[in-house]
Amino acid sequence: MGGKTLFDKVWDDHVVVPENEQTPAVFYIDLHIVHEVTTPQAFDMLREKKLPVRRPDLMLATMDHSTPTVPVNDLSALDDPAISAPEPAKQIRQMIVNCEEFGIELHGFGDHHRGIVHVIGPEIGATQPGKTIVCGDSHSSTHGAFGALGFGIGTTEVGHVLATQCLLQRKAKSMAVNITGKLQPGVSAKDIILALIGKIGVDGGTGHVIEYRGETIRGLNMDERMTICNMSIEAGARAGMIAPDETTFAYMKGRDKAPQGEDWNIAVERWKELKTDADASFDKEVSLDISDLEPQVTFGTNPAMVASISKAIPKIDDLSFNKAINYMQVKADQPMLGTKVDIVFVGSCTNSRMTDLHSVAKILDGKKVASNVRMMIVPGSEALKSQAETDGLDKIFTAAGAEWREAGCSMCLGMNSDKLGKGQLCVSTSNRNFEGRQGPGGRTVLASPETAAASAIAGVIADPRDYI
Amino acid sequence: MEKLTKLTSKTTVLPIDDVDTDQIIPARFLTTTTREGIGKALFADWRFDAQGNTIKDFPLNAPGIAECKFLVAGRNFGCGSSREHAPWSLVDFGIRAVISSEIADIFRNNSLKNGLVPVIVDNDTHQWLLANPGAEVTVDVEARELRLPTGKTVTFPIDNFARHCILEGIDQTGFLMQNVDNIGRFENNRSWQP
Ligand code: SF4
Repeated sequence: MGGKTLFDKVWDDHVVVPENEQTPAVFYIDLHIVHEVTTPQAFDMLREKKLPVRRPDLMLATMDHSTPTVPVNDLSALDDPAISAPEPAKQIRQMIVNCEEFGIELHGFGDHHRGIVHVIGPEIGATQPGKTIVCGDSHSSTHGAFGALGFGIGTTEVGHVLATQCLLQRKAKSMAVNITGKLQPGVSAKDIILALIGKIGVDGGTGHVIEYRGETIRGLNMDERMTICNMSIEAGARAGMIAPDETTFAYMKGRDKAPQGEDWNIAVERWKELKTDADASFDKEVSLDISDLEPQVTFGTNPAMVASISKAIPKIDDLSFNKAINYMQVKADQPMLGTKVDIVFVGSCTNSRMTDLHSVAKILDGKKVASNVRMMIVPGSEALKSQAETDGLDKIFTAAGAEWREAGCSMCLGMNSDKLGKGQLCVSTSNRNFEGRQGPGGRTVLASPETAAASAIAGVIADPRDYI
Repeated sequence: MEKLTKLTSKTTVLPIDDVDTDQIIPARFLTTTTREGIGKALFADWRFDAQGNTIKDFPLNAPGIAECKFLVAGRNFGCGSSREHAPWSLVDFGIRAVISSEIADIFRNNSLKNGLVPVIVDNDTHQWLLANPGAEVTVDVEARELRLPTGKTVTFPIDNFARHCILEGIDQTGFLMQNVDNIGRFENNRSWQP
């Protein structure tokens, strides 16, 4: 006993003033990612109190949540009602003003690294092992894939970090999730995390920071690890982490904000210590063997309402359950396979990276999207967009009849004009199937990029194993 | 933030589990750059139909709702997105406490910063409250107690510091600002720099 977990190590390294019974810890933040939607009121608070941003150099700013996914070459494009509604346009302009006034570098329109907050952090190398990373967005857990501690905060706390680079925090409990087994073809990281959430529930991780461990995790690339950590919040967890290893270092090396030269070697030595000691213990442990895992699809209105694609939806007689399946217009005792699809959305901070885009392209190559389906593919960042184009993926997508859009959150949350209509069913690679999440009255089925691509071709929810 | 020491009020009951913050306030209302009048958007898609008509049998549309300062909710209330607009809209609507057997982490945290008291109770008490909408209960932050009209009193957990801030109406930014020297020292003494 007495050893430290990965989480313990990162926590201890950032305590400015320890917690006691009366007060939480003053906890230091190494990287704060800011976007247009959850920050305006925080900047106003700074103005009201006449405070500067303490460390503009530790901020990473972009615009992603409410930005259009058609090209915006010039800000005046936002005045076109076909491109943006007036309120998001105002919010976007306010973000530009706020960053200028407080001296924060903004990755705005035209910038190679404009994109989804949780995509660009890793992409430019700002996300690093051992850092504490926050953002006014709950999927900040994504950064945990690098052995960082990333968690979502509210707007008041955004203000705290802007003003002091610190938060008031109580230490969370720790939870180990051990994943073993080898993935079958056509089954991917998204299926692992959906199955885990199905197993432990949307509150299974409440109050905890998860560490994903085991041979399966070691075999995943960084894109896949990010997919897993990303959805930790869907199990209620504060954060999800994976200890860094050679895969992590290889991904990071040479990126803009990663340490360079001799600093790189020093950093790697420090990062290698970031793993749970053999004699450490967790407050809670869960195991999952994924050897026989099938593709997973959700059938209800939260991510734990999930089933294997060929299996029937369970029958549970309970008010919340019935409300959910009525909303989704699905039937207990029947599988989701074969359900008619209106929209397929590939994108979001869960699945919009190169691994995901390649998986989709592989299935779509030479095929056509069914005539009853609109398929949108939205890369996570402008850099990913050009990388995909260099790899020729855009040609495969458009030849199949899919739309290839500009980077952003897009239909993950329906804040811009990419929205579902009432009753439309969308197979989505995003992370939330809440009622109306993708547009009022819209029905969301969460799935892997592979399942999304297969369903786009079939026009109904389809098993990707039949398409590989 | 408005102070709250003790308040007696009726409850309104929303007996659904896992209510997420996308329901509490749908994303299309997050385009605001202020928090004025945000209570109008509270549960917008459950309170109003697509034409904007009031859905009569939704609990928050019941006559007399203005007298209900407490929301009794199903298990795991406030899960999902970290949007602080969720507690803002509840507070703006007039709700001062959310009572459930389980409340999601980020929502609970955000609530405490806005004078909205998260009251977590045991299953029996929760079941009783769900079954008795309109019950007049007392939330006593000072004593950390919830008192039911049956005479039953239960204590609820609330972090000492958060409780102090709600009792005194303290803004936590001020508390953090008192630590600037500590923060500066920490920054200078680190073994590595971010
Ligand atoms: S893609 Fe979706 S979940 Fe990810 S940051 Fe954007 S809105 Fe949040």
